[in-house]
Amino acid sequence: MSLQLDFPAVLERWPSFLAGAALTLELAAFATVLGALFGTLAAVGRGTHNALIAGACKVYVETIRNTPLLVQIFLVYFGLASLGLKFSAFTVAVAALTINVGAYTAEIMRAGFEAIPRGQIEAAEGLALSRLQIYWHIILLPAIEKVYPALTSQFVLLMLASSVCSQISAEELTAVANYIQSDTYRAFETYIIVAVLYVILSLVMRAGFWGLGLVLFPRRRRLGTPL
Amino acid sequence: MGGHLNINHLMFLGQGALWTIGLSAIALIGGGIVGFVIALARISPLKSVRIASALYVQLIQGTPLLVILFLGYFGLAAIGLQVSPLAAAGASLTLYVAAYLGEIWRGCIQSVPKPQWEAAEGLALSRTQRMMKVILPQAIRIATPPTVGFMVQIIKNTSLASVVGFVELMRSGQIVNNSLFEPFAIYAIIAVTYFAMCYPLSLFSQRLERRMGRGRSNLAPA
Repeated sequence: MSLQLDFPAVLERWPSFLAGAALTLELAAFATVLGALFGTLAAVGRGTHNALIAGACKVYVETIRNTPLLVQIFLVYFGLASLGLKFSAFTVAVAALTINVGAYTAEIMRAGFEAIPRGQIEAAEGLALSRLQIYWHIILLPAIEKVYPALTSQFVLLMLASSVCSQISAEELTAVANYIQSDTYRAFETYIIVAVLYVILSLVMRAGFWGLGLVLFPRRRRLGTPL
Repeated sequence: MGGHLNINHLMFLGQGALWTIGLSAIALIGGGIVGFVIALARISPLKSVRIASALYVQLIQGTPLLVILFLGYFGLAAIGLQVSPLAAAGASLTLYVAAYLGEIWRGCIQSVPKPQWEAAEGLALSRTQRMMKVILPQAIRIATPPTVGFMVQIIKNTSLASVVGFVELMRSGQIVNNSLFEPFAIYAIIAVTYFAMCYPLSLFSQRLERRMGRGRSNLAPA
């Protein structure tokens, strides 16, 4: 039972750690933006009267939410390869994370849509707003405002989940850690540093979303609702 | 390479699926026990206990499970304990699940209506009696749907134990794939198997939630 930690030996690789952290953020940013769009479309699709579209969206959401991300990543990775399509690990990772977070976003957005009082939509119709105007101003924006906290914590979870992309050799933070630990034989120190970096990344993301919320939804601030 | 998927491969995958269930059970029970302590610590009258437990939750929830698994696997080895992948995965998942269940349950305990706490205090129940006889029985009812929902997350997350070499469903799929090299077919089978384990729990959780909603709307406002 002797524990000898040698952090300097690992910390001298800091440029690699930084590059990995940057790629993790980049992965998360792409997947967040694309997944938010994709998930919102799926939520809209689930609410339509077309049974085929609504059914397809439901199957998508339930399938993704009930299978592990690791399996999804492998399926996308080998699925594209078996179609003869060659993409970089980064592209595959973004695609898999987008598909994954899209399903969770769809569920959250659906809750947001359901929380819009019918009376407000009727009032907008009474004021002769066009369908597009109603969708944008009365349904979509207020729905996002309502579920903003849930959405942002989902996106932070996505950033953490992107560590799984190390398994298809996308060079993000966890992959960098795997490489450094096999090079230095200092596994414990390496993963402690990486854990600290992930905690910092998630704090940075949360602070960023909080600031963005203040800018995007000034009404929330005036109402005094804690984000 | 070569060969076709045969009954032996499927038996091997089935065995992996059983280990997935076993590891999930370990994580749920271990994480449940530790998580219960965390939930109580988060609302402790002692400030230091509250801060320490909040810090624990923040740290675990800010770290990917994959990194926690590596820490458990290599960390225990670093202090000279040679542990099996099962022990490392079980311990890591326990710590991970405890942080999330602790937060869920804290919310449930705190969502028991305030008058119940006050009434228990008014009846001169001790702190322990108030918890055991008044608050927890009601909190358990509130906590059931989200806990069942979280069990889905646990089952899915055990797939990550494959990276520290524990042969559960995902790892057994990778092993079969190494001999057959039909990744798409095999991972599709794996995905269907996970779905078959998780979807009934998801449905059950949704049904409990709906029933709870009905039950609560029948209550007169306090």
